[in-house]
Amino acid sequence: MSALLEITGLTKQFPGVLANDNISLTVKAGEVVALLGENGAGKSTLVKAVFGLIKPDKGEIKISGNTMHYGDTAGVIAAGVGMVHQHFQLVPVMSVTENIVLGDEPRKAFFINRKAARAQVIALSERYGLQVDPDAIIEDLPVGMQQRVEILKALRKDVKLLILDEPTAVLTPQEIDELLIVIRTLAKSGVGIVLITHKLHEVMAVADRVLVLRGGKAIGFTSPAQSDEAGLAQMMVGRSVVLRVDKTPAKPGKPALEVVGLQVLDDRKLLSVKGVDLVVHHGEILGVAGVEGNGQRELVEAICGMRHRIAGQVHVDGAETKDLHPHAIHAGGISHIPEDREKHGLVSSYSIADNLVLNQFDVEPFAKGWVRNISHVNTNADDVVAKFDIRTPSAQNLASSLSGGNKQKVVVARELSEDLKVLVAAQPTRGVDVGSIEFIHNQLIAARDRGTAVLLVSAELDEILSLSDRVAVMSGGKIVAIVDSKDADRNYIGRLMAGLKE
Amino acid sequence: MKRHLTKRNLFILLIAIATGYFYSKDGSITTSVVSTATSFALPLALAAMVGIMCERTGIVNIGIEGTLLTSAFVAFFVSSMTHNILIGLTASVAIGSLLGLLLAVMSVSWKMDQIIAGTIINILATGLTSFLYVQGRTIPATFPEYDIPKLMDIPFFGQVLFMHGPLFYFGLFVILSLYVALFKTTWGLRSRAVGEHPSSADTAGVSVLRLRYINVTIAGAIGGLTGSFLSLELVGSFERGFTAGKGFTALALMIFGRWNPLGALAAAMFFGMTQAYANQLMIDQVVQIPTQFITILPYILTIIVLAISAGKVRAPAAEGQPYEKENA
Ligand SMILES: Nc1ncnc2c1ncn2[C@@H]1O[C@H](COP(=O)(O)OP(=O)(O)OP(=O)(O)O)[C@@H](O)[C@H]1O
Ligand SMILES: [Mg+2]
Repeated sequence: MSALLEITGLTKQFPGVLANDNISLTVKAGEVVALLGENGAGKSTLVKAVFGLIKPDKGEIKISGNTMHYGDTAGVIAAGVGMVHQHFQLVPVMSVTENIVLGDEPRKAFFINRKAARAQVIALSERYGLQVDPDAIIEDLPVGMQQRVEILKALRKDVKLLILDEPTAVLTPQEIDELLIVIRTLAKSGVGIVLITHKLHEVMAVADRVLVLRGGKAIGFTSPAQSDEAGLAQMMVGRSVVLRVDKTPAKPGKPALEVVGLQVLDDRKLLSVKGVDLVVHHGEILGVAGVEGNGQRELVEAICGMRHRIAGQVHVDGAETKDLHPHAIHAGGISHIPEDREKHGLVSSYSIADNLVLNQFDVEPFAKGWVRNISHVNTNADDVVAKFDIRTPSAQNLASSLSGGNKQKVVVARELSEDLKVLVAAQPTRGVDVGSIEFIHNQLIAARDRGTAVLLVSAELDEILSLSDRVAVMSGGKIVAIVDSKDADRNYIGRLMAGLKE
Repeated sequence: MKRHLTKRNLFILLIAIATGYFYSKDGSITTSVVSTATSFALPLALAAMVGIMCERTGIVNIGIEGTLLTSAFVAFFVSSMTHNILIGLTASVAIGSLLGLLLAVMSVSWKMDQIIAGTIINILATGLTSFLYVQGRTIPATFPEYDIPKLMDIPFFGQVLFMHGPLFYFGLFVILSLYVALFKTTWGLRSRAVGEHPSSADTAGVSVLRLRYINVTIAGAIGGLTGSFLSLELVGSFERGFTAGKGFTALALMIFGRWNPLGALAAAMFFGMTQAYANQLMIDQVVQIPTQFITILPYILTIIVLAISAGKVRAPAAEGQPYEKENA
């Protein structure tokens, strides 16, 4: 029997980057192969080549024994391959149903059979336990929901080979557990799976084999049986990684960010932040823990001026900030790492250098009056790219050419590059490799130690627990408890997040 | 969705009431004014379909004017030389498709700036038609008016809708079909996906380049049909600069109609009405203002009314951008 997927000697050169260097990989039916590697190691490039989206310079790709060609994505799909793309392939103005059926629509003569399409989506969503609203428009959905749509789209047909490019980066822990179960069930039924993820425990949980990439090269195979998380991390980064955060106790100063009686509506115009009071002091990190959809996103957006506050105020160092004025709020001392980097964090068609000064392009030293000072922008970019280890041949490249994790690093680097009074960090390490997570965590702590008040929102409870000095638990649109990190026990916080009292 | 539908309905209702009011005052004049308006509006609406077909798949087509001019010219001169307007019609649709194909080659394959590509077509059209133009030619006949039995007897609507030439009916059919096709068929869903977010279509196995080629070429054919309609049915002659900016007006109507065939048809109808009323004003000489002002009136009115009623418009997101597969 021939292998499901057979990649031999795949090589891809992008201008200035050898993204894949002679990589070979076979995946058999019923096998889960994890691809592991730093941001920019070439994981997405490899799987996109399989899907016919990238033209390899050398090498061959066979699916069930048949050679596949660049550009023939329809053929790859017909051969039984489904793929979840790291950068979502969803049409923003279309509905969930339209996106899921696109390319193979149920029809009556020439017409789309909308009823059948909708029923298919509902059945699919029930079958895999991924809840979606079939009629919602994609651009109105939070990234977690979009991720579910992207996964359902890949699972729609009975696939033989399923490729998942960071499917779990924006899912909640519960959803991740469910997805891992789906992966195991599919593998048992004979589906071959290629899983890309930066979360090592997921690799440990489901992978049969692990291929580690570094700088475009295949470093070697390993397996959960032969290794552990620390071992995997070391293999991909090439040095030992401290997976635990070391920090000194906080020395909180005066209140920096004060949120008083804040009420905010969500996209469906329902009250989702129901009167929140919060104080974050200079020099401390306040983590907000909670199950996604309990108002964290709306809270962050309202603080940063991206969502209307229907009641309540936000003060920075005692001065009230103006509603719906992100620019003024930034000038007033709040910087913001948004949770959706593609939508709110970057201008993909601008250079990396320009993206790095999006928040201060109009002030000294990056501009003098009306005129931009490009040389400052460029030297700044070179410094930041080096400091944050952003993997790119040049800071003049477009942001769209970066790998997912490197895009995230650009956003984080920009927001950390000026010392403001308050930093609101929403999912700051989303899609970032373990080595860079370590670095970003250290940068957040360094910012704290310089006196910045950090409000950290993350779906990763571990991230909250390891970084925060105090933990606020959000549930049902309210802060249900604030505990000191010394007393923050995982189980206790988990129960509070689930809405249970004590 | 619902909200802008009711807004448009309100707008249409308003026009209907105004027309009804005039009709009650003077039935025959109102009928003939609205009937003229319909003849003015249809070629404009049809030309707007060329823009909609292209832009919905992400190709900006500012060469509509050139396409109309060339195909009206070809329709007229081929008819004149062969003494057969059907051959003229066929030739004009063929030349329209060819210009569509040319735009596709320039903007899809060569990834040229689409504004420049469209401008090339316009310049080409002006140059060729003035160079090849010969004075004094005639055509054997125009497409004759064909009154649809029974339907033509309906008061008011009979004369407005059912007493026209064959190309009018066919044009109306094209507009309605395009509406259905764009929003109800798989072709429409895929085309819109290509115009909004081509990489999503690509990863779903839909060939972006192929669909763009097909749609832009069909759009060109519709442009050719419009040209024939103008020279072989509506006017029956051709002179230099014959289309007088209709292709550009069509682009505006496309935007006012939010890239929706019915919206563009409604916008064209409004523009046609203002023009027909303005003509009537000149004929009646009820007001003593210079005719120049009266000729400007339709444009100004249309801009004001449509700008107010159109609300926030959003063009297809991928409009004007060549698709770079590996960078998607
Ligand atoms: N279209 C492109 N043009 C130029 N360079 C590109 C392009 N796509 C990817 N690259 C480069 O190729 C390298 C590999 O990128 P790839 O997206 O495969 O990384 P990755 O392993 O998936 O990383 P991540 O974990 O951050 O998603 C990176 O250095 C990236 O900058
Ligand atoms: Mg990637």
